[in-house]
Amino acid sequence: MTDLPTDAANTTAHGAADETASGAPSERERLFGDLLDDCVHCGFCLPTCPTHVLWGQEMDSPRGRIHLMEQTHTEDVLTETAVGHFDNCLGCLACVSACPSGVAYDALIEHTRHRVEAEYDRPRSERALRGAIFALFPYRNRLRLLRGPLRAYQASGVSSLVRRSGLLERVSPSLAAMERISPPLSAPPPALPELVPAAGRARARVGMLVGCVQGAFFPEVNTATARVLALEGCDVVVPRSQGCCGALSGHAGRIGESADLARDLIEVFERERVDRIVVNSAGCGSSMKHFDRTLAEAGADEAWVRRGRAMAERVVDLTEFLVDLGPRAERHPLPLHVAYHDACHLSHGQGVTRPPRALLADVPGLRVSDLPDKEVCCGSAGVYNLLKPEAAGELGDRKGRDVASTGADVLVSGNPGCSLQIAAAMDRAGSPITVTHTARVLDASLRGLTVEQLLGRGRADRPGAGGSRASGTGAEG
Amino acid sequence: MSETAAPTGAQADVAALVPRLLRICGEDGVLTDTARRRTYESDGLTHHRAVPGVVVLPTTADQVAAVVRLCAENGVPFVPRGAGTGLSAGALPHTEGVLLVTSRMRRVIEVDVENECAVVEPGVANLDVTRAAAPYGYYYAPDPSSQQVCSVGGNVAENSGGAHCLKYGFTVNHVRGLDIVTPSGEQVSLGGKSPGAHGYDLIGAFVGSEGTLGVATRVTVGLTRSPERTVTLLSAFTSMNAGGQAVSSIISAGVLPSAVEMMDALAIEAAEKAVACDYPEGAAAVLVVELDGPAAEVDAQRAEVTRLCEEAGAFETRTATGADERARIWKGRKSAFAAVGRISPAYIVQDGVVPRTALPEVLRRITELSAASGIRVANVFHAGDGNLHPLVLFDDAEPGAGERAEEVSGAILDLCIEHGGSITGEHGVGVDKACKMPRMYGPDDLATFDLFRRALDPDGIANPDKLLPTPRLCGEQPGVRRGVHPLVESGRAEQF
Repeated sequence: MTDLPTDAANTTAHGAADETASGAPSERERLFGDLLDDCVHCGFCLPTCPTHVLWGQEMDSPRGRIHLMEQTHTEDVLTETAVGHFDNCLGCLACVSACPSGVAYDALIEHTRHRVEAEYDRPRSERALRGAIFALFPYRNRLRLLRGPLRAYQASGVSSLVRRSGLLERVSPSLAAMERISPPLSAPPPALPELVPAAGRARARVGMLVGCVQGAFFPEVNTATARVLALEGCDVVVPRSQGCCGALSGHAGRIGESADLARDLIEVFERERVDRIVVNSAGCGSSMKHFDRTLAEAGADEAWVRRGRAMAERVVDLTEFLVDLGPRAERHPLPLHVAYHDACHLSHGQGVTRPPRALLADVPGLRVSDLPDKEVCCGSAGVYNLLKPEAAGELGDRKGRDVASTGADVLVSGNPGCSLQIAAAMDRAGSPITVTHTARVLDASLRGLTVEQLLGRGRADRPGAGGSRASGTGAEG
Repeated sequence: MSETAAPTGAQADVAALVPRLLRICGEDGVLTDTARRRTYESDGLTHHRAVPGVVVLPTTADQVAAVVRLCAENGVPFVPRGAGTGLSAGALPHTEGVLLVTSRMRRVIEVDVENECAVVEPGVANLDVTRAAAPYGYYYAPDPSSQQVCSVGGNVAENSGGAHCLKYGFTVNHVRGLDIVTPSGEQVSLGGKSPGAHGYDLIGAFVGSEGTLGVATRVTVGLTRSPERTVTLLSAFTSMNAGGQAVSSIISAGVLPSAVEMMDALAIEAAEKAVACDYPEGAAAVLVVELDGPAAEVDAQRAEVTRLCEEAGAFETRTATGADERARIWKGRKSAFAAVGRISPAYIVQDGVVPRTALPEVLRRITELSAASGIRVANVFHAGDGNLHPLVLFDDAEPGAGERAEEVSGAILDLCIEHGGSITGEHGVGVDKACKMPRMYGPDDLATFDLFRRALDPDGIANPDKLLPTPRLCGEQPGVRRGVHPLVESGRAEQF
């Protein structure tokens, strides 16, 4: 703490991270310097930055982190302090929305994290945790294997015992976070076929991303998405060979891994003749819309960057796609008061705020409330709640209070990870709420389901499962 | 850029305070790590930089008082800082001092609807006062462009204004009570919830003192009833002159809008790029006029203002009544400063005041200055009260451009003074304009300010080198009195 006179300790010299295969390190570094220069230090990013909201300190604000990036960039050293503050960033991109000068903080933090991963020697325990997370998350099959044990664990009632005892918190806050947010699981619906044909005349032919976590834990959201698209007149192509989009790896600075996953996905969808690629998970969509940037950051050749751009331009969030397409199927009433939560990577990452609200508001009988401080992240942020469980928990608690203040029956969000995070927080606070995905609400309305059918009976009706029900949600990805 | 390494001897003094600062503010309330301290090296005016000796983030008034007392006992300077959005380097840290940051004191303590006031901690953002009051039909009137970020404590220090101060006045008109910590570390309460205390206006003296008289730890502000109707008009003109003419006719017709704002073509271009505000195409100037009050009055004024703008040559006038529509009009104006970052690598935000009647002449002279120097100047200003905000654009990669921009910026201030105006409307003096003070005030005036300052801060530890010119900062100023003040000489005042 008191290294007042010097800060020479714990620094690493600039390594070889930027000497990529493409041989253009200086180009990217120069670009990085230019992007840094765009910041005029006005501070408009402070109020919506979740870590600044929590701690009120400059170096945990976007403006302060940009300052630390500048130090890192101009002096070519990566201090332990700076890395700590970069790690604290949730990557929610609220600052990108707030910035009047157009600072590309998304590109800045991506590059910075890449550099940290490449050059910085993390303590062993941290390395192990990160390694474990990334050995699991991008692989749907491995996640699927986890379903069985998780379900048995929850059904046994041990889950609530463990939760109540606080045992995990003492052993490992990260493990505890993982346990807290793991969704109540029911038997999975049958897998989607590779082609879901349009109901009636086809208006479009779209590809659909299944997502790794979504596909493994929340297949019902995918089923609902495919059904809504088909009912609205789309042939829905769901390539079985698709894998993870690489968002989680990319957000953590594992750019090489992220780019590899991007390449695989690009090849899969290039084989299909589809107009658009529809994504129902905010984190994936946000990442896929920047495939070209990710590939460039990873040092991919120009041809791959072009292919990435071509793919990125075809990616749409489900809600913006449906609003552009215009409604065709009949909406049946759902007498329900929902609170809509803006997933950061939908609102800040993709600028999609109106379409989901418009779609929900079009459902007869359904009332939509906004949350106070809706720009501020809920703390889920990909794997942040696993890496920084305490900060994530506090942010979740704040968001939970905001949701409760609306008096809504259900929380709707376009990123299942958020819903899980907030539901867990509201459970903790003793004011459980049912959470669900926009696609499931639309699906219920289009099919004329009752509120009870949508929500799967009342809430808090299962022994030992806490109060909140995740009605078809999943983590980012 | 004036980054300076601290002399080791003096630095040790600050370092020696650290153990005691840790006891006062706790482990997470004291920053000593260099990388962290450096993130505080400037406020919103980035060409002045200095790494603070140590940063403290107190959470209570008692902690603030204890920190200041410790500084006073050891003769260590301290600099208060709010959100760090200031534009005169008023929160420029002292390399051998303590930077006292109020960003963790951000509770809205009370909204007292019956007494139409709110009690807040200094780190509360300006807009959060309004957000707290809105459910009761009230708002906090001063609204600097950075209102969602800037802190109430900072507003008090700078006597901040905003677009609506034409009708509603500056921060000083809205502060009813202050808890302050004086430069000796004493906690003092001034005023209270009821407006209009008698005796010396100490609140008036403290507001705008830029941290030189101490730190505000609790602020009681008056709340204003939300008007029955608010209408925002956007008028587009083909010349700045025509826009200026419209402003004059509106004011002389006896209409008092809550705000009259003007932007020129360059500022419009920047705002369009930043926030796509969709102002009328081809406008060389836009005027944003806001009217608020009883519905009948506002409706009548709206017709009159529209007519006056048209007479002055407006080619398009839009009227917005809904909150969303009005916000869209304001978005362009409020983002203008930072938005200029989109059209220029670097820029200086200037802040000066001229009598409203001198506006056309001063704007013409600014255009000439710009043409002669080849330095672009974008103009954004509160036209109603003649508060100019010229944005002087330059490329910092180009050798000498920064110096030329500084020259133009300084020449604009000279123009303001020449036309009977002032060197700052609302951004404050700070470090940036301290050396300009002798242009505005005579030696006796400055000596009186100094006397007042020293009455509360005899050792000069509270935000030194700000507000008033010092030989260290500005060099020996010819004409500035260095001798005994006439009041002291005559025995009517005492120098402590």
